[in-house]
Parts: sequence; C-alpha cells; structure tokens
Amino acid sequence: MITLFGVFLLTLLVITTVGIVRTQNLFAAIMLMGIFSLQIAAVFFILDAADVALTEAAVGAGIATVLLLGALALLDDTERRGRRASRLAAVVVAAGTLLILYATFDYPRLGDPAAPVHQHVAPWYIAETPRLIDTPNVVTAILASFRGYDTFGEVFVIFTAGIGVLFILANGADAARRSDLPSSDVQGLRHHLVPRLVGRLLMPFLVLFGLYIQFHGDFGPGGGFQAGALISAGLILYALVEGERAALRLVPQRVLTLLTVAGALLFVGVGCACMLLGGNFLDYSALSADAVAGQHLGILLVEIGVGLTVSGVLLTIFHTFAARERA
Amino acid sequence: MAVLGLYNYWVFALLLMIGLYVVISRENLVKKLIGLSIFQSAVFLLYISMDKVDGGTAPILRADAENQLYSNPLPQVLILTAIVVGIATLALGLAIAVRINEAYGTIEEDELLEMDRE
Repeated sequence: MITLFGVFLLTLLVITTVGIVRTQNLFAAIMLMGIFSLQIAAVFFILDAADVALTEAAVGAGIATVLLLGALALLDDTERRGRRASRLAAVVVAAGTLLILYATFDYPRLGDPAAPVHQHVAPWYIAETPRLIDTPNVVTAILASFRGYDTFGEVFVIFTAGIGVLFILANGADAARRSDLPSSDVQGLRHHLVPRLVGRLLMPFLVLFGLYIQFHGDFGPGGGFQAGALISAGLILYALVEGERAALRLVPQRVLTLLTVAGALLFVGVGCACMLLGGNFLDYSALSADAVAGQHLGILLVEIGVGLTVSGVLLTIFHTFAARERA
Repeated sequence: MAVLGLYNYWVFALLLMIGLYVVISRENLVKKLIGLSIFQSAVFLLYISMDKVDGGTAPILRADAENQLYSNPLPQVLILTAIVVGIATLALGLAIAVRINEAYGTIEEDELLEMDRE
C-alpha cells in the first residue's frame, strides 16, 4: 500500500515538473515549485527520512517560494522563449536519461537490506549512538557530533551566502533604517481580512513550533536547521501581513546581523572550548567530566548556534530582497 | 512489486535530466535557477531512496523496541544539510539575477550576450 502511495506521489512529482518546465509564466512556475517541494517532502517522509522531510517542507516549500517571489517582484514575470534552437539540448538530455535508466537496472531494489550502502559505517552509527551520545535521534547525533565538521562547514556556507547577498543587493549599511520606506499603511496585507487573520493566528504557533523542534531535536525529528527555517518563516509571515516596517521594528536588521554572527561564533566557540579542555576540535566529550553529558551539552549548544545563524541569514536575505526598489 | 523496486530511481533519472534540460535550454535566469533546484531535488531523491530498509523505521531509537530495524541515517544527514545549502545558493543566484536586471534591463541570457558583444 505504502509502495503504491509512493509510486503515486512520484508520478505526481514528474507531472508537476513537466508543468514547471512548460509554463512561461514565472509566477506559475514558482507556485508549482512550492507544490513540488511539498510532494517531495511527503516522498521523503514515507522513505523514513522524517528530519529531511521537515527540512524540505520548511525550507523548500516555505522559504524558497518566498525568496523566489521576492526576487520576481523585482523582475519581469514572463519568460521569453529564446530563438536559439534547443534541439541539441533535447537530444543530449534524452540520451542521458536513457543511460541513467539503463544503469538503474544494476541498482539494488528499494529497501533491500543487503544493499552496499547499509553495510559500511551506518550499522556502527546506529549501534554505538546509545553508548557514545545517548540521544534517541541518530540523525541529530551524526549531524552535530560524529560529523560535526561537516555541519560546521555548512553553517559557514550559509553565513557566507548571507554576506554575499548583502554585498550584492544591500544599499549600504543603513539600508534597513532608510526613512523612505513606504509607511506601513500601504504595505502588507493588513487590509485583507483573511490573510491578516490567518497570518496573525499562525505566526505565534510557527515560532513556538520552531523553538520546540530546536530544543527537541535530540529526541524527535528536528534540530537547528529546521528550527531556523521555521522561525524565519514565522517572522516572514509577520512581515508579509504587517508590512516590512513593522517587521523591522520587531526584529531590527542589527539584531539579525548579531544573531547570524553569534550563531557562527557559538559553533566555533564550542569547538575551541573542547580544544582548551584537552579534547579535539568539536569533541564534546571534553566539555564535562562525564563524556555523555558533555556530548549532550555540546550538541545542544551547537544546534542553537545553527538555529541562530540559519534564522538570521534567511531573514537578512528576505529583508534585503524586500527593501530593494524595482529598477 | 519487484518492478516497482526501481521506480524511485527512474523518477530520479527523469527529474535529474529535466532539471538539466531547463538549465541548458532556457534563456531566463530565474528559470535556470528553478531548473537547478529541480536537478538538486533529484539528487536528494536518489540519496533518500538509498536509505530505506524494508521493515525499518525513521532512525530515532526507541528504548521499548528490541530488534527494531532502522533506516540508514547517513544519507539523511548529508541531504538535510544539502537542502539548507541549496537555499543559500538559490538566494545568492537570485541576488545576482536582480543585479543583472538592474544593470542590463533583462535577464534573458541571449539578450545579455548580445549586449555584451556590442
């Protein structure tokens, strides 16, 4: 039954993708991308990847759609068909598809327990996590502790992207404090009853749920990445309903910059504290006399750092796009 | 059901190549970025499809269940962070597209190339 449901969802996914490719209206394409993300999140969920599904739903369907729309507000929303013939592209792509399809017949069947991917280090992680880390969620244990270096790198990639967007688009340091921002009466959706009511109702619960999965990430699906995305989604909703100006009064750009930097520094700080206490970089066992308690503390702090940086960067990017005037 | 055991990988192949097709055949920069996102999602689907184990559940350990099978957590960790990095690259790409539009007045690649040649 689940298999059939998965097949149904995947077929819908392909249909949605064809719709995205064929439409010349970029607004429609972006909306279809949101649906695409939601569908692929459902696919991830039935493939047992609860954490990934949560991330894709919050980031792909939520934040990515808002960012694409924010950029589209500054651009033309209709795509012009190029004059260049794309027949060569079609031939190359068709040949590539056939090649990959041919290769799939050598893949292990979906769910095969004897597949090579399940033989290497994965059983070790599942068997040793209770003894070494003692958090129920193995994904969080690997993300924050065993593979802390990877996550450290990812956080700095996001940090860099935030700085990059600021460099490319921000109008100098005081862009957020400009006085020529339209007053909040004409901005936002506050004159529309339904979006205003739904937005105001949803916003506190979104932020609360974000905080929940931030601190509950060791035990259930969740963690800093998902929490950061959800909290920024809540604040973006507030900005959409009440207008940019109100949102920036609630959480000024200075605070967002501070959050971004503080999160990244917290991650580095925890890593350095481990070294000062005699362990390796990001070896949380050194943080406490009891190695497992040290791991718990380290994972908690690092996840908070991730959450701060992700929410700070995503909100900064959103405000940067929103503050830009159309050329 | 044995035939359907490879269905995920077929959809992966289709999505991957549709994404690539959009990137190389469309002139509009926003459309190209959307194609890149589809390409990326196809890779996510490939990794997450590999993590599934028959009879397994999400890798959140339960104290009350002996001999419970768990799906592979490793691909999930890789893809979880990749999704967030994906949004970061998308944002950066969109920022560049907006700046290009301000400088040239268009984001159609063929028009941009023509203007650069003049």
